Amino acid sequence: MIPASFEYYRPKDMAGVIAILQEHGDEARVLAGGHSLIPMMKLRMAEVPHLIDMQDVGGLSDIEIGPDRVRIGAMVTQSDLIDDAALAKVAPILREAALQIADPQVRYMGTVGGNVANGDPGNDMPGLMQCLDATFVLIGPDGERAVAARDFYEAAYMTAREDEEVLTAVTIPLPKGGYAYEKQKRKIGDYATAAAAVQISKDQNGCSAASIAMTNLSDTPIFSEAAGAALVGTSVDDAALKAAVAAMLNDIDPTEDNRGPIAFKKYVAGVILRRAIERAWSRA
Amino acid sequence: MKDEIDNRDERVANLKGLGCSRKRVEDARFTQGKGNYVDDIKLDGMLFGDFVRSPYAHARIKSIDTAAAMEVPGVLAVLTAADLEPLGLHWMPTLAGDKQMVLADGKVLFQGQEVAFVVAEDRFAAADGIELVEVEYEELPVIVDPFESLKSDVVLREDLDPKAPGAHGPRKHPNHIFTWEAGDKAPTEEVIANAEVVATESMYYHRTHPCPLETCGCVASMDKVNGKLTLWGTFQAPHAIRTVVSLISGIEEHNIRVISPDIGGGFGNKVGAYPGYVCSVVASIVTGKPVKWIEDRMDNLMTTAFARDYHMTGKISATKEGKITALHCHVTADHGGFDACADPTKFPAGFMNICTGSYDIPTAYLEVDGVYTNKAPGGVSYRCSFRVTEAVYFIERMIEVLAIELNMDAAELRRINFIKKEQFPYKAALGWEYDSGDYHTAWDKALKAVDYDGLRAEQAQRVADFKAGKTRKLMGIGLSFFTEIVGAGPVKNCDILGLGMFDSCEIRIHPTGSAIARLGTISQGQGHATTFAQILASEIGLPADSITIEEGDTDTAPYGLGTYGSRSTPVAGAATAMAGRKIRAKAQMIAAYLLEVHDNDVEFDVDRFVVKGAPERFKTMKEIAFAAYNQAIPGLEPGLEAVSYYDPPNMTYPFGAYVCVMDIDVDTGVPDIRRFYALDDCGTRINPMIIEGQIHGGLTEALAVALGQEIAYDDMGNVKTGTLMDFFLPTAWEVPNYETDFTVTPSPHHPIGAKGVGESPHVGGVPCFSNAVQDAFRPFGNRHTNMPHDHWRIWRTANELGLHD
Ligand SMILES: Cc1cc2nc3c(=O)[nH]c(=O)nc-3n(C[C@H](O)[C@H](O)[C@H](O)COP(=O)(O)OP(=O)(O)OC[C@H]3O[C@@H](n4cnc5c(N)ncnc54)[C@H](O)[C@@H]3O)c2cc1C
Repeated sequence: MIPASFEYYRPKDMAGVIAILQEHGDEARVLAGGHSLIPMMKLRMAEVPHLIDMQDVGGLSDIEIGPDRVRIGAMVTQSDLIDDAALAKVAPILREAALQIADPQVRYMGTVGGNVANGDPGNDMPGLMQCLDATFVLIGPDGERAVAARDFYEAAYMTAREDEEVLTAVTIPLPKGGYAYEKQKRKIGDYATAAAAVQISKDQNGCSAASIAMTNLSDTPIFSEAAGAALVGTSVDDAALKAAVAAMLNDIDPTEDNRGPIAFKKYVAGVILRRAIERAWSRA
Repeated sequence: MKDEIDNRDERVANLKGLGCSRKRVEDARFTQGKGNYVDDIKLDGMLFGDFVRSPYAHARIKSIDTAAAMEVPGVLAVLTAADLEPLGLHWMPTLAGDKQMVLADGKVLFQGQEVAFVVAEDRFAAADGIELVEVEYEELPVIVDPFESLKSDVVLREDLDPKAPGAHGPRKHPNHIFTWEAGDKAPTEEVIANAEVVATESMYYHRTHPCPLETCGCVASMDKVNGKLTLWGTFQAPHAIRTVVSLISGIEEHNIRVISPDIGGGFGNKVGAYPGYVCSVVASIVTGKPVKWIEDRMDNLMTTAFARDYHMTGKISATKEGKITALHCHVTADHGGFDACADPTKFPAGFMNICTGSYDIPTAYLEVDGVYTNKAPGGVSYRCSFRVTEAVYFIERMIEVLAIELNMDAAELRRINFIKKEQFPYKAALGWEYDSGDYHTAWDKALKAVDYDGLRAEQAQRVADFKAGKTRKLMGIGLSFFTEIVGAGPVKNCDILGLGMFDSCEIRIHPTGSAIARLGTISQGQGHATTFAQILASEIGLPADSITIEEGDTDTAPYGLGTYGSRSTPVAGAATAMAGRKIRAKAQMIAAYLLEVHDNDVEFDVDRFVVKGAPERFKTMKEIAFAAYNQAIPGLEPGLEAVSYYDPPNMTYPFGAYVCVMDIDVDTGVPDIRRFYALDDCGTRINPMIIEGQIHGGLTEALAVALGQEIAYDDMGNVKTGTLMDFFLPTAWEVPNYETDFTVTPSPHHPIGAKGVGESPHVGGVPCFSNAVQDAFRPFGNRHTNMPHDHWRIWRTANELGLHD
C-alpha cells in the first residue's frame, strides 16, 4: 500500500498547473482532496510520476449563488456543500446527496471537482450533476470551455476532459420543484449498490418536468431522459412510476460485483428510483 | 481507631477489587495516542522487510529473478526459499502438526502466498523492490471447493506422501488432511433411524477473518556480540513463540527474548506463527541489523489467519413432543493450502464437539474431515474458543430447523431440552463435562425482558399486514442460547506443540505496600492491567491502584500459553488468585508474629489481619509488607513474593441468552436491527464495565460476520474481499443499541468462580443475528439460508420465496 515514487508540485496559480500538465501530458495529474487518487496510487493502480497539488491555487473554493445559476468552485469540499445554508435553500438536493457520500472524514477532504472529474462510476456527484443539467468549466492551454455534465462521461475513468485541462467550476441552473437523492449502500463509506437523483416539477396538470439520473449502474452515470419523460404529464401514479422504472431499466447496464448479481441490482435500481420519485414528488 | 474498624464498606471500596467497575488503567495512554505498538518501535539502523506475493492461487514457480530489485537504491537483500533452505528454514512447522512454506518452495498454493522477502533501508524502497522481482509462474488448476478437492486428481501438497498418515491419523485422499470423530456413531445412527421426528440440514459457515485494527508484524533484532535475539511482535502467545523460534532456529531459548508490546486487537489473528516472523529473524541474522515487518491491510486479510470455512451437515431427532433424542454432525473443513489451525494438539477441529450445545442430548456423533484447497491457511478461533462459534451456530440452527419440523415455537423447544440445573456437573454425549449452569432461569429472564409473547403477536400481525399488501417489511425474532467452553485448559488434554496449557502469575509485594504482578498471558485490549489487579486486590488486601500488572516480556514474565479462547481469566486469573493466596498465607504468619499471637489466631479482613475476637488488634497489609522487608522474623525468609502455575481441573462453561428483533425490507434486502438483548452468565463478575464493553465488541463482530463479513474467492482463487471496501467492518453507524443483562452462576472449580466472557457475545451473537433473518422468512417457508446475510442474499431469499412481483 505504498505508491511508486513521484514528483510533487505545488504551483501558486492556474498557469503554473497548466504549464506542468503541458510538459508531462498524461504522466501528470492534479491532486484535489486525494481521496480517490491517493488510494489508487497506493494500490499502484494509478501511476502518477508528476503530482500537482492544487491547494495553493486560489479562487477555486467559492460557492456563488446567482439569479439563475449556482457556481461551485472545483475545490469546494463535500463538507462545504453540506454546511452552506444558502446553498441548501436553493439546491437542497446537493446537501442530501453529499450527506450520503462516504463519511465525514472523507467529506472534509473530497472535493466537488475531484468527484466529478474522477470518472469513477461509483461517484455520486456525476449522476447528480447530470440530473441537474450542470455544466463543467474546463481551463486549458487554449483557454476556457464549458461541457455539459450530460456529455462529459465516456466510459469508466474516461471523460471529455483533455489531459492538459483542469476543471475549475461546476455551474448549475437553479433547480426547481421537488428533489430526492436516494442511495442504497452496504455500509457507511461504501459506493452505491444503486442510487437515483430526481428533480421533479408540478403544475395544475400534474408533473410538468422530471429529470432522473442513476449512479453505479453502468460504466458511466446514466441520465435517463426516457424515465423523466415517462412522468411528465402524469399524476405520478403507479402506472407512471412503473413506466419510469421500466424506461430507466432500459438505459442502465449494471455488472455483477460483491454488492450482488445483475438481477439484484436491476431490481434494487427500480425500488430506489421509485422511492426517489415518490419522495421528490411529495416535495414538489 | 474505632472508625477504621467499622468503616468496612469504605475499606472494601478503597481496594477497587472484585465487582468494581474500575476505569481501565490502560485507557489513559490509548486515548492519548501514547500506546506503544510494534510499528512504534524504531531502532538504530533498523531495516524493513516485505513480501513479494503470488498473484496466483496455484502455480509452479519456474524462476525468480531478483537482479532488477537489487538495483533499487536502498534494497539490501532479496531472500527466496533457496536462501532459507541451507538453514532448514524454508518450511516451518504449524500449530496443527503440518508444515508450511516460509517462502514458496517450487510452487504456490494460495493467492498472496509469500514468494520472496525484500529487505531494504525503509518500507518505501522495499515496496519498489517488490515490484521489480520477476517471478515466472506456470499456472496450475485451482481448487477452491473442498468437496471437489476430495475428488480431484490434482494433488495440492506434492511434498506429502499421499499414502502416509498425517498428524491426526490416516488420510483418505492426497488432498485430505484428517478425519476426527467424537461420540458414538452406530447408536446415534440407530436412534435417528427409528426416531419419531428427524430434521436434516446442511449449512455453510463461510470463511471470514478476525481483522484486528492493528495488523500482524514484528521487529527482529539479533545482537551478534552477545548472541541474543530480541523479537518484538504482535504475539498472542509470546512464550510459545519463544519456544517455537528456539526449536526452529536452534538458538538456545535463554538467548531469545520475545516481547509483545501493546497489541491493537487479536481475536485469534495473532496466535499463529507467520512467515514474516521467520524471515525477519533470518534477515536480522544475515544483516546484523534490526528488521521490521508489518503487514498492510490487504496482506492481513488475504494471508494471515482466516476463520471458519466449515461445511456442516446435521441430523437431529426428537419425539413428537420435542424431546431431542440424538444429534449427528458431519463437517467438511476447508483448511486452505497448509493446515495451520491454531487448536490444542489433540483437537484438530477444536472443541467442535461442544456442538450438543446447551441441551440434554443423550446420543451424539461428530465427524470432521479436514481438506486442503487453494486458499490461505489459518483456521483460527476468531473471538471464540476453538471452533466454538461453529459448534454453537450449528446447534442453534438445528434447533430452529427442528422447531419448523415439529411446528413448534423455538423458544419452547429450547426450554424443554435444556440441561437442568440439578444435572450439573453434566457429562455431555460428546465427552465434555459442563461445570455449572442454570439455563432455565436465564432463558425465562431473557424472554420476559423482551416480552417474547408480545413480540410473537406483533410478528403475526406483521405477516398478516404483509400478506394484505399494507407493508413491505417483515419482522424477525432471533433467538439463541449458547454454552461456551473456554479456559483451555487442563494439561491432561490440552497442549500446543507439546506445551501444556497451564498459565501463571508471579507477584512481588514492595516494602511500601504496593505490588507488581506478571502473568503468562497478554492483553490485546481486554483490560488485563485493570481486571487482574482487581482479582489481586481482593485476594491480598492492597488497592488495585497500587498494583501494576505486566505481561508480554518473556525475560520477566513467568511462562504461560497466552491469551485467546477466553483463557486468561479462567487460567491466568486463577493463577493470580492462587499466587495471591500464597502471599496471604505468608502475610498471616508475619501478622501473627507482629501481633504476638499464634498463626491461627489471626484472620484476614479485607485489607488486614485481625486477632480473632479482638478487631481493634490488627496489622494492615501495608504494615505487613513493610515488616516483610525490615524485620527478622524467626522461621521466615525476608520478602513477600509468590508464583503460581495453575493447571485448571476443567474448562469453564459460560452461557447466555440472546434475543434480536429485526425488520427486513423485502425489496432491498436491507435489515434494520430494532433491538438486541444479551444476557450473559460468566460466573463471578470482576469488572461489570469491562464485561459490558466486551459484550458490545463481541456482538459487533457477530453482527459483522452474520450480516456481511466474509473472505470470498472466485473460481480462480482470487480473493474478492481484500480491502475494507468489500470486507465488512461495522462502524458506529451500523451498530444498534445493545441491552445487556446477566445472571451469576459461579464456576465451582475456579478459585474466584469466574468463567471468561470476552468471546461469549460473538459465539452467541452470530446465530442470534442469523436466526432473526431466517425467522422473518419462516412464515413464508424458509428453513435455512447461509450467512452472510448481506443485502443481496437476503433479497435472494425473498425472491426465491416468491415475495417479489
Ligand atoms: C472510504 C471512501 C469512501 C468513499 N465513498 C464515496 C461515495 O460514497 N460516493 C462518492 O461519490 N465518493 C466516495 N468517495 C470518493 C471521494 O468522494 C473522493 O473524495 C472523490 O471521489 C474525489 O475527490 P477528491 O477531491 O478527493 O479528488 P482526488 O482524489 O484528488 O482526484 C480524483 C481524480 O480527479 C482528478 N481531479 C481532481 N480535481 C480535478 C480538477 N479540478 N480538474 C481535473 N481533474 C481533477 C485527479 O487528477 C484524479 O484523477 C469515497 C472515498 C473514500 C476514501
